[in-house]
Parts: sequence; structure tokens; C-alpha cells
Amino acid sequence: MAGEAQTATDYIQHHLQNMAYGKLPAGYTRADGTVLSEPTWTLAHSSQEATDMGFWAVHLDTLGWSVGLGLLFCFLFARAARKATPGVPGGFQSFVELVTDFIDKLVKETFPHRNAMVAPMALTIFVWVFLMNLMDLIPVDWLPMAAAKVSGNDHLFFKVVPTTDPNATLGMALAVFALMIFFSIKEKGPIGFIKELTLHPFHTGKWYFDILLIPFNFLLEAVSLIAKPISLGLRLFGNLYAGEMIFILIAIVFGVGVLGFLGAALMHMGWAIFHVLVITLQAFVFMVLTTVYMAMAHHRDEEHEHDQ
Amino acid sequence: MNINLTLIGQSITFLFFVWFCWKFVWPPLLGVMQEREKKIATGLEEAERAGKDLELARRKAADQLKEAKEQAAEIIDGANKRANQIVDEAKQAAHAEGDRLKAAAKAEIDQEVNRAKEQLRSRVAALSVAGAEKILSVNIDAKVHDDLIEKLAAEL
Repeated sequence: MAGEAQTATDYIQHHLQNMAYGKLPAGYTRADGTVLSEPTWTLAHSSQEATDMGFWAVHLDTLGWSVGLGLLFCFLFARAARKATPGVPGGFQSFVELVTDFIDKLVKETFPHRNAMVAPMALTIFVWVFLMNLMDLIPVDWLPMAAAKVSGNDHLFFKVVPTTDPNATLGMALAVFALMIFFSIKEKGPIGFIKELTLHPFHTGKWYFDILLIPFNFLLEAVSLIAKPISLGLRLFGNLYAGEMIFILIAIVFGVGVLGFLGAALMHMGWAIFHVLVITLQAFVFMVLTTVYMAMAHHRDEEHEHDQ
Repeated sequence: MNINLTLIGQSITFLFFVWFCWKFVWPPLLGVMQEREKKIATGLEEAERAGKDLELARRKAADQLKEAKEQAAEIIDGANKRANQIVDEAKQAAHAEGDRLKAAAKAEIDQEVNRAKEQLRSRVAALSVAGAEKILSVNIDAKVHDDLIEKLAAEL
């Protein structure tokens, strides 16, 4: 809710700013007007400061929540796996097995190659991204206000949904991209990978034509290759960022009189119910696309020609 | 919304969690699930086999019961036959004994009758001689009339 001293714009900006920790150079004028005498590692007090920290800064909230939720996933699932019995499963074991079985079947359908890593990766992505998205359903002010109270800093930036930070989604997409390249080269060899990038999609079978087509093919293939992780990361980020934005806007309406409060409560409920679908779907989409990209990385053209 | 080191941090975190899940979560879970699947499959198979065994045992029991019944009937039949036979034999023996006794009695009676007849005959001869003596008041010379008396006795 917007405070008296805050305008709506301030409120939104405050909610969309991560807790950045980085180095500010000497002679830098801070948001409160003080001038730094020497380079300092510190928390950003304004969006401008966060931007000025450059690349060598980390978002403590994003990393904290994502690592925390990832550990929660690991802890819960590893405990279920350790305690699992082939006899009658208990409540949580049933749930874990349900999810695992669902993902196992899905991966078997979309990923016909042999790689023991892909199914566990799909499980990790699905549950972890779902948990991170789930943070979006916690009312937007609760955790930031609690953090402000605990730290005693009213202007502490605290974003609790890691997937609304492009660093998080693109970071995951980057890891997926690295795995794609790794498995492509591992499965097809460096030559095979280069061939794939240069001799497709246009291929005549006559080498003097093919050489002429290489730049064109390479441009197309490189764009489509790079577009995969970027679209993967930005899709998740975009959906969750938009959802978070709507929640923030609804939260502003809460402060506008009794009618505003009732209307906002209704809107909040509606959007939250709809958002349950969105967060699950986005986690699912991220997982499926990752699996599909892995399948593409393992796919050999020779196999394809043999099939026909 | 700045791209910064968080990107790399998130990538490393992601790979770590994937590795963790790959090594420690996925294999035991899938192992347990497959084991259970196997257990259920063997359980179902065993149930089916037990059902078949039960059917077989039931049929065997019925067969044995039938056989036992047949045997019992046979035994009873035999016993009945034997009993009839014994009764028949006893009857026959009784008949034969009766016949024999009857024959013996008859023979004895005949003998007695004959003896009585003999006695009677001899007494009649004596009586008739005595009678005639009295009537005639003379001694009849037995020797003279012997053939007469004999004839008389024979007529009796």
C-alpha cells in the first residue's frame, strides 16, 4: 500500500527494484547526497545506484529466494526419496511420486535419446520454477514490509519473486543453452555441430553451391540457436513480471477508500486465482521447452535420414 | 532490472540443483517406483496363479469325492450282495436240514410202523390161534394149521 510520503510511481518503482549489492566508485554521489571518498561495496539505495553498480553486482533477494526455494525443493524431495518405500506410499511420497511419474512420462515422450540427466533436470525445473513463481501469490507487501521491519531500513529493496528478475530467468536459460551446446558437441562432434550450423536448412548436395550458402545458413541457424535461450528466459520473466505488476497495481487500489478496498480485494482474488494457472503453466512450459531443446541437441541428422 | 552477476549466480545455482536432483533425488525415487511396479505385477500374477490352483484343487476335491462315493456305493452293493448270498445259503442249508430231518423222521416212523405192524401181526396170529382154540375148545395143532394162520395174519 502506498504510504503518505510515497507517490504511486515511487511505490511501483520500489517494488520493482531488486536488493542490489555492488561496488560504487570513489567520488560517487549517493541518493541521499553524500559523496563517497573511496570505492565502497554497499547495498543500492536507489535504482540509479543499482544501475551504476554495473555488471559486478548481485541481487541478494533474487539469489537468496531462489537458492532458498531450491534448497527447499532438494530437501523435501531428497527426504522423500530417502524415505521412499516400495510398499504403500505415504501422503508426501505419493505426491512426490505423482510429480516424478508425470515428468518421467513426459520426458520419455519428448526426449527419445539416452541421457539420464534430462528427466531429473525437468523435475528440478518444474518444481523449482513453480516454487519461485508461487512467491508471486504472497501479497506483494508482506515480505518487503517484514524485511523492512527486521532490517530497520524503510527503503530496503526486497523483491521476493526471483522469476520476476530477468537475471534469474535468463540465468537459467543460459545454463540450458550451455547444456545444449555441450550435448550438441558431445553427440555430434565439433564437426557435426559446425555442419549443422552451416549446411542447414539450405542444402543442395553440390559442394560449390553449399559453400555459397554457408553464410546465409549460418546467419539463420545462429539466430534460431540464440533465440532459444532468450525466448525461454524472457517468456518466463515476462509472464511473471506482468503478473507481479498487476498485483502491485491492485495493491495501490487498496488504499483508495472503502470502495477501492473492496474492489481491490475482489480483483486481487480474481487475479490470484487466474495466476495459479499462469505460474503452473509457465513452470511447465519452461520445463517442456528445455526438454525439447535437449532433444534437438541430441538429434542427429543421420538418424533422421536413416529413419526415412 | 539490470543484468548483472546475478545471471551467472543463477546459472550456477541452477546447474547445482539439477546435479543434486540427478544424483540424489531421481534414482532412488524411480527405483522405488519401479520396484513397486514389479511387486504389483508379481502380486497380480501370483493372485492369478492362486486362483487357478484353487480351481484345480476344487476340481480335484470334487473328483475325489465322486470317486469315494462310487467306492462306497460299490462296497455297500457288495455287502448287500454278500448278505443276500449268506441269507440264501442259510435258507438253503435250513431247507436241506429240514428235508434231512423230515426224511429221517419219516424213515423212523416207517420203521416204527413196520415194527408195530410186525408186532401186531405176530400178536394177531397168537390171538387168533387163542381165539380159535377157545372157540373150538381144542388144541389146534399149530403145525397143522400153520399155513392157515399165516394166511390170516397176512390178510391183516
